[in-house]
Amino acid sequence: MATESVHDVALTLHDQLPILQLVVPFLAAPLVMVVGAGRGVAWLIAFLASLAAFAISALLLAQVIDGGFLSYQIGGWAPPLGIEYRIDAVNAFLLFLISGVSTLVLPFAYESVKAEIAERNQALFYTCYLLCFAGLLGVTITGDAFNVFVFLEISSLSTYAIIAAGADRDRRALTAAYDYLVMGTIGATFFVIGLGLLYMMTGTLNMGDLADRIAPQTDNRTIQAAFAFIVVGMGLKIAIYPLHLWLPNAYTYAPSAVTAFLAATATKVAVYVLLRFSFSVFSPGFAFENYTYELIILPFAILAMFAASFIAIFQTDLKRMLAYSSIAQIGYMLLGLSLMNASGLAATMVHLFNHGITKAVLFMGVGALTLRAGSSFYASIRGMGRAMPLTAAAMVVGGLSLIGVPGTAGFISKWVLVQAAFEKGWWPVAFLIVLSSLLAVVYVWRFVETLYLHEPARDAAEAPLTMVVPIWITALACVWFGINTDITMTAANTAAETLLSGSTGLAEPSPWTSALPAGEASH
Amino acid sequence: MLESIPTAFLFFAMGLLAMAVPKGAARSALLVVIPLIAAWQVWTLPEGNLAPVTFFGLDLELMRVDRLSRVFGLIFCLIAALGNLYAWHLKDTVQQVAAPLYAGSAIGAVFAGDLVTLFFYWEGTAIASVFLIWARRTLGAYNTGLRYLIIQVGSGVILMAGIALLYAETGSIAFDRMTLGSLGTWCIFFAFGIKCAFPLLHNWLQDAYPAATITGTVVLSAFTTKLAVYALARGFAGTEILIYIGAIMTLFPIFFAEIENDMRRVLSYSLNNQLGFMVVGIGVGSEMALNGTAAHAFVHILYKALLFMSVGAVLYRTGKVKASELGGLYRTMPLTATFCLVGAASISAFPLFSGFIAKALILDQAAAHHHAIVWGALVFASAGVLSHSGIKIPFFTFFAHDSGMRPKEAPTHMLIAMGITAFLCIFIGVFPGTLYAILPYEVDYHPYTAAHVVGQLLLLCFALLAFGVLYRTGRHPAEIRCINVDSDVIYRKAAPSVVHIAARAISAIWQAHAGFWMRKTDLVLRGLYASHGPEGRMARVWPTGAMVLWIAILLGVTLAVIFVT
Repeated sequence: MATESVHDVALTLHDQLPILQLVVPFLAAPLVMVVGAGRGVAWLIAFLASLAAFAISALLLAQVIDGGFLSYQIGGWAPPLGIEYRIDAVNAFLLFLISGVSTLVLPFAYESVKAEIAERNQALFYTCYLLCFAGLLGVTITGDAFNVFVFLEISSLSTYAIIAAGADRDRRALTAAYDYLVMGTIGATFFVIGLGLLYMMTGTLNMGDLADRIAPQTDNRTIQAAFAFIVVGMGLKIAIYPLHLWLPNAYTYAPSAVTAFLAATATKVAVYVLLRFSFSVFSPGFAFENYTYELIILPFAILAMFAASFIAIFQTDLKRMLAYSSIAQIGYMLLGLSLMNASGLAATMVHLFNHGITKAVLFMGVGALTLRAGSSFYASIRGMGRAMPLTAAAMVVGGLSLIGVPGTAGFISKWVLVQAAFEKGWWPVAFLIVLSSLLAVVYVWRFVETLYLHEPARDAAEAPLTMVVPIWITALACVWFGINTDITMTAANTAAETLLSGSTGLAEPSPWTSALPAGEASH
Repeated sequence: MLESIPTAFLFFAMGLLAMAVPKGAARSALLVVIPLIAAWQVWTLPEGNLAPVTFFGLDLELMRVDRLSRVFGLIFCLIAALGNLYAWHLKDTVQQVAAPLYAGSAIGAVFAGDLVTLFFYWEGTAIASVFLIWARRTLGAYNTGLRYLIIQVGSGVILMAGIALLYAETGSIAFDRMTLGSLGTWCIFFAFGIKCAFPLLHNWLQDAYPAATITGTVVLSAFTTKLAVYALARGFAGTEILIYIGAIMTLFPIFFAEIENDMRRVLSYSLNNQLGFMVVGIGVGSEMALNGTAAHAFVHILYKALLFMSVGAVLYRTGKVKASELGGLYRTMPLTATFCLVGAASISAFPLFSGFIAKALILDQAAAHHHAIVWGALVFASAGVLSHSGIKIPFFTFFAHDSGMRPKEAPTHMLIAMGITAFLCIFIGVFPGTLYAILPYEVDYHPYTAAHVVGQLLLLCFALLAFGVLYRTGRHPAEIRCINVDSDVIYRKAAPSVVHIAARAISAIWQAHAGFWMRKTDLVLRGLYASHGPEGRMARVWPTGAMVLWIAILLGVTLAVIFVT
């Protein structure tokens, strides 16, 4: 499919997949609000929308996994004037991750939301959740720089709301959401300032077009400043160390399902935007970009790997510990990015995915423990491994993947990352990666020990099936993607190549969609 | 469909299934039926590389089927079925899971077409088999198991080092014929040698096999060493040094076997001696010699298992396994005694028994390639085999002086297992063509020539005569309760005392330094906790303003970097 051009106006459903990817959750959101939360209808609609989005993303990924891209023009308006959705291996992979995680988290959310959110708020919660979901998909799918900002705001605003929904359980969720709102808004503002500067210098907002017009004027101070603004603005959403300060509270106090979903997707999407701007809009060939990565991102990434891991070791709350561990893991992704070579990028891409599913298991596990034990403090989940054997065992699998034990997904990403560091000749960095993994052993062991090697603090039943099943599906995915790396590594390698080949320029104008092989579109 | 599954996986699935199926007849039946299915699969598989897999950029070949691997795979499957039939009465999940995993690993290793796969299965056999020793659940068995595991895993580690070196040198992980020369090939050779119980690397065998459970020993006797024989035949056929190693292997265990009191240890020494014949065959390396090695491995697995089974049945009924405590059991265990005699006749290479038609191939090849001294050694060893395995085992167990014990005949399933094995020993001896047909190379050899039969009978008769004379005149080493000192005394007694002294010294030095470092470590941890702990500077919840300040700083730094560079 991806290798032949489709020029005739074929209005089959198949050609409309890119827009359907967004439209389905977007339409479901108000529908949920209108229908209300009674008898689980809201949940059902949200789940079906998510499932449909997952199916669509799988179809999209299948079309572009071997290279090439799909270009979809909204309303038939050709770019650069019209908005273009552009799907290549990079974002198709991410769409697959986002919708996959959402489809797994929603069944888990059914019981969790019931327990943690007041009934009158539940319909609104699912509405915001779907908006957030759709926003994240939108950020990923679009090929228009300003459209990124719009979707980013949609997802961010709804994120603030669903984090604040944790207030029914712990009022601190409100301050957490408030902090995140302030920080997130500043981040988004920086981002849009960057876009403004770019628009000033180029007069266009389509990414492909932007790339073409930036290339001749790399010495321009405005362009360079735009890059700084975009990196810092996105850095905040990514939670680059030391811009991570909003994250621990937001993750700790948000409802369990929200944390599981956001941890696996939101920061990953922000990393994607950074990737997209660094490689498709700007180009790694630009000296200033190289310096930024080597002198700023790289040291902070390594700092995050260690500092956040140390903090995680000393935490007394499992959920908060995992939040800090996420900050450390983001360090690995940024490290892969700052290597600026194909294997480094592949490592980042594959770690995006593998860490996404790993953290989904762990945060869902925490949610199940919270449901039964009342909180996620080590003191209250002590010995729960015996009361909740299935949940605890899945969390051990997730923990192993977090460490990067061979046979789990986490191993693959660290392996590729270490290889990439070697390829670049950065032996000390490779050594630091391994060293910091040892810190992960410590904090993972702490919770495994707490779960298994203590007398149970209380009698509790195993988590309900609606939780155990998605947790285990995700846990098995961690193992599956640790053994069978066909999908993940192919997608990651293709994505890395796509990114490194730079911009593919504007898509050939055609009424609705065109599927073009990479490279042929830029003439 | 069966073709696409590597045979080893059938066994692993069997191991998992055994865990799920409740103890009893169903599980025992499962353990017998699946190896038979596997045997049928191996029999029908086409030749070729059936299951190529790419793993981390390495091309692995999980199923390389050719005539050499097929004959080994076939006998491994068969003996797994027979061993499990013999163990029908077991209600021990540990053994019933470990045995299939062990057999599966050995079979996987035989079909491994590359060194990496070989290594994985190589370690698999080590780890799975130790449970057959530990399953005895005595302190002695536990310690023996540990020693066994250390040596077996050590062999695996050396193998891996060799593979890595070889890969660095040649860039290939294919498992084909190698030439000794580089460090890598020597490592691999050494690793094979450990598992094959080369002289001075052999102690684990006599240490571990008699220590395993009754049924465990039967299984153990079949796989590990023969896997090593296969690996040598595949990798080092025609390596001359093997001829001399093999010759020594056939000789020295004879003396230990002769004076040993524990029947299972006698059989272990005898096993070691039999391996020597195979190793000589590999060393000669001609097509016929390799045929001889394969044939000998095939029949040896059967009759050695048969002997272990019969001695095991006695142990099962009487709880005793020492020559000095046994005797006269033929009265109440006539069938077991008969099967034991069949095994003894086979290992002694009586005409019409399986040993006769296999050993001759190797002896003839040694003679044909002008290794006169080696040939002589092998002939001498053959006589020795008769003495310690052919006569000593059945004689002191079932005949000789009456121990006064009147145990029941062995259980039915053991009798059936022994009966089938005994039948195979005789069948192959009478119809050698059936075995010759599946050997790696074309066989043009007729064992039943007058010269050969007469020569062998002469040898055997004189050995019998010698035994009779020695026994009657009281010169045969008496069966006494004793512990014989083998070279393993070095690591079982001398090494520990050296280690003990060294440990004391090191401990003293350590004590002096540990305090210092403990204090240092404690200080570092305290520091980390102060900064990174929940109340620490790094982990505290910061006010919003501070967060914003960080953004400003980072933006400033980024802009500075961009503009300055």
